[in-house]
Order: sequence, then C-alpha cells, then structure tokens
Amino acid sequence: MNSKVEVIHSKIWEEVPEGDNPFAAAASFCSGYDVYGELLGKAGWAEFVFLLFRRERPQRIQARLFEDLAVVLANPGPRDPAVHAAMSAGVGGSTHASCLMAALAVGAGQLGGAREVLVAMQAWQTCGQQLDAWLGHLVKPSPEERIDVWLPIEHAPGFDPHGASCATTVRQTLNQLANASPGPALPWLAAQRVVLETSAGCPLAMSGVAAAAFIDLGFSPQQGEMLYLLLRLPGAAAHALEQEDLGFRNFPFFGNGLEIMDDPARKHAPAHETTEVPA
Amino acid sequence: MSGPAELLASEDRWESRLGGWVPGKRVVFRGHDLHSDLHGMSWMELYVFGITGRRFSPVELRLLNAIWVYTSYPDPRIWNNRIAALSGSARSTAALGVSAAVAVSEAGIYGGRPVIQAIDFLLRARQRCDAGDLLATVVADELQRYRFIPGYGRPVTRADERIPPMLGLLAECGLGNGSYIGLALAVEETLLDGRWRMQMNIAALYAAVALEIGLTPREYSLFMIPCFVAGMLPCTIEATTNTEGTFFPLRCARIAYEGAPRRRWGEMA
Repeated sequence: MNSKVEVIHSKIWEEVPEGDNPFAAAASFCSGYDVYGELLGKAGWAEFVFLLFRRERPQRIQARLFEDLAVVLANPGPRDPAVHAAMSAGVGGSTHASCLMAALAVGAGQLGGAREVLVAMQAWQTCGQQLDAWLGHLVKPSPEERIDVWLPIEHAPGFDPHGASCATTVRQTLNQLANASPGPALPWLAAQRVVLETSAGCPLAMSGVAAAAFIDLGFSPQQGEMLYLLLRLPGAAAHALEQEDLGFRNFPFFGNGLEIMDDPARKHAPAHETTEVPA
Repeated sequence: MSGPAELLASEDRWESRLGGWVPGKRVVFRGHDLHSDLHGMSWMELYVFGITGRRFSPVELRLLNAIWVYTSYPDPRIWNNRIAALSGSARSTAALGVSAAVAVSEAGIYGGRPVIQAIDFLLRARQRCDAGDLLATVVADELQRYRFIPGYGRPVTRADERIPPMLGLLAECGLGNGSYIGLALAVEETLLDGRWRMQMNIAALYAAVALEIGLTPREYSLFMIPCFVAGMLPCTIEATTNTEGTFFPLRCARIAYEGAPRRRWGEMA
C-alpha cells in the first residue's frame, strides 16, 4: 500500500477483518448494527434499506409505510416505459444487467421517472403544506437557472400530463399510504388532491404519491430519486425474463407503426411499409 | 385535463423525419439512403450529421476528431474509466462496463455537465459583452451567483495538458483567432488577473471550438457523449487480462467508519 493510505470514509458501513485475510470480513456493521451476527433474521428488508439510507432504524409506522411503498413501486407493469425498455432488452437476448440498466436509464426520466420524483420532492421542501405556494408552483414551476444535461420539465412534477382523471390505482394507493403515514405530506396531499389537480391541469400520478411518501419517510430528494429507481426494478426484471422466454416474435415490433416522412425513395408520398419482425 | 388525446393519436404511429429501416431494401438516415448516399462517410461525419443534419468541412471534422482523441485517457483510476476497469476485474462484460462508464461520464465535476455548462457560459458571456457589459463584470457576476465558472479550474490538477495541442491544431487549421477562442482565453486572463487564480480547462476551449464550428449547446452535448470511450477499452482489457479481482482491491481496514457506535437491534423495540 501507499505510505499515505487512502480510505473510504463512511457513516454507513464498518468491517472487521478475518484474522487470516484482511480482505475478508469477519463482521460487518451497518450504522452500528451487526448485520450478519444480529440483524439477519430480525430486520425486514424494508427496515434494512431504511437503515442504510437514514442510518437509523425506522419506527414501526415508518417501516410499514416504506414496505407499502415498496409494494406499490415494485412493478409499474409492462406498459411502463422503463419496463418496456427492460423487456426490449430481454427479447433480444441481452445480458440481464443490461435489462436493468435499460430500465434505470428510461425510468430515470422526468415523465413518470425518478427525476420527476426528485423535482416533486424539491417542491415539497419549498411549498410544504402551503396551498398558495403549491398553486403558484404548479402553474409555473421554477425554471432551471442554467442549461443542464436534464431538459426543462414539461409538466407539473408528480402529475400525469396525459391523464383524464386521477387513475383508480393512484387514488387507492394515496388513500392507503395516507392512512399508513405519520404525515404530514401524504394526508395533506389526499385532502388537497383535487385542488392541486385543477391547478396543475392534470391528475396526480403515482410519481407524485411516491414523492410525498418519501417526504414523510424523511428521505432527501436525492435519496427519493435513488430509491424510486431501485424499488421499480423487480417488475422490470421479472418482465424482461418473461419476454426473454417468449421471444421477440411474440413481442410488439410496431411493424406498421413507423412512418418515414423523408424517404428519398418515395419523394412524393410518405413511406408506410409493413416491417416484418426481423429474422 | 387534456386527457389521453395525444396518446390515442400516437398509438402504433410514429412519424419520423430522421430515419428508419425498410427491411431488405434500404435505411433512410435524415432523408438520405445510408447505403448509397452516405456510404462513403467516416463514422465521425455520420455521427455529427445524425445529430445536426448538417455536413461539416474536413477541417471541422479534424477538430471534432481531435476533441475525442485528446479526451481518451486510458487511466483506470479516473472515475468513469474505473467502472470499465472494475467490470473487467470483476469479469463482467466489456459492453456492460463501457456503457456504464459512458453513462457515468455525464458527471458534475467533469464530462457531461461542464461540457454543456461551459458552452452555455460562453454564449451568455458573448451576449452580455455584445450588449456592452465588461467581461470582468460578467465573470464576477457568474462567480458571485454560481461560485465557479464551468470550463475554468480543474479537479486533481490545475494545468490542462490538452490545451497546448488543441491550440496548436487550431492555429494549424487557421482558426486560432476565432472569436469564441479569443473569448475563452480572455475569460482565463480575467480570472488569472483577478484574485481567483483559475486556469482554463479543456471544457472551455472545446466549447469555444464547438461554437466556432456552429454547434448549439445541445448538439455539442450530444457530440461529446462518446468522447472518453477510446480510453475506456484499454482499461477494461487490461483488467480482464490480469488476475480476476486484482484491480485496486480494498482491505476491510480501508473503510474509515465514522458513523453511529456499535448497538444492538434488539435493544430498540
């Protein structure tokens, strides 16, 4: 090793080496708890993930809410763009890691994705439970000051720009989580939903419910963004494997869907040719 | 509520003016037949044509190519390259490691963010100077508001070894006196004259080159996505050919724990 040993600073994790190998852990501690010596068999998965991020074990009501949220987010279903991406990798026989990388890349976005959750959580931090502040924010979300790798968001964060009314599944989720929450965001959101939707011009989306839940669990916007990415992966994985088994011939290719508007071989009329699934 | 009208109109319908494949017949690429109209293009030429729809001169392509060459560092310690090396050492696949490393390159202290913020700053600075502001005022305002100027200052080391060869190439190509090149250098001079002592890093000079060539900030940002790739492959290759798991292994003691003291789960009901 170098004379000046570079280390990884961490408030999360500590390891005690085995006597015969400095690279093997005899004990691992997560925020002071012996993970394999005591936590295993006692802590639930949601409790442990909460501990990792917050560095404190959750109270019972927090653990329950986090568990419910994990169930809500685990599978957005095969129509969701992130799961679609994972399936698109799966049908081509791509590596399984790439299926999840595809789900993460697409599910990271500002429409129904993790970046939207972060932006919505920042709005919670700014507006809290002040209706006037929310109404102002939803009409005109604060623009980014400088250009960024993220494009400016195109709709009220946490709301569905293509929605006609708040979907039943979103309302069911909001009701359940609001009842399970220590507050303050979810119960307030449930009470003000219709007013907020009117101001946003579109109905509440699942990303908006998730953002409020992360706020009530005490997570930062960055932690909420990460957890939203993470908690949506199980469905992406399961659907990717399912489509891998079914094969590309049983998966939509949108063979009639692409209209090439500027085809040099058809200068006078747009091409609309049926595309067979490639062999 | 707008409702799903636009979704209904888009079901099984995607209109593209940028291209598509007619199986067994042709590929349309921005209104051209890929295999007949564009078949002689270099990959670089096609890449920037795909982004912009515009053709670039041999000199411009040479400069764009140089940007990619000068940013290809096969050093596996650099944070994005390290992903490629770790993937090799852990015996993952090269495509997974390199594609993750490309994604990671959209970073805050290097890569993606400085790239787009540097070109944005130069454009805003030019607009303000054209409107009559002094460059020193523009620089001071930017520092007061954001605490740093993208394209100036550098993590790890101050000097940027890519600048002399890039300036040399610009001079060789007759573009050394371009107005944006001059602006980028003038900003550095202002920063060195003042109390800030920040040298120009390559992000500012590359942004200036992009502006000389006529790229918009978004076009330039897209152009830069693969700019580190050529340096990543050697990192993954070497890590793959060495003994598995030997790329900078970390012993338990290398974790400096600074968190809560030892405690028992059972103690907290």
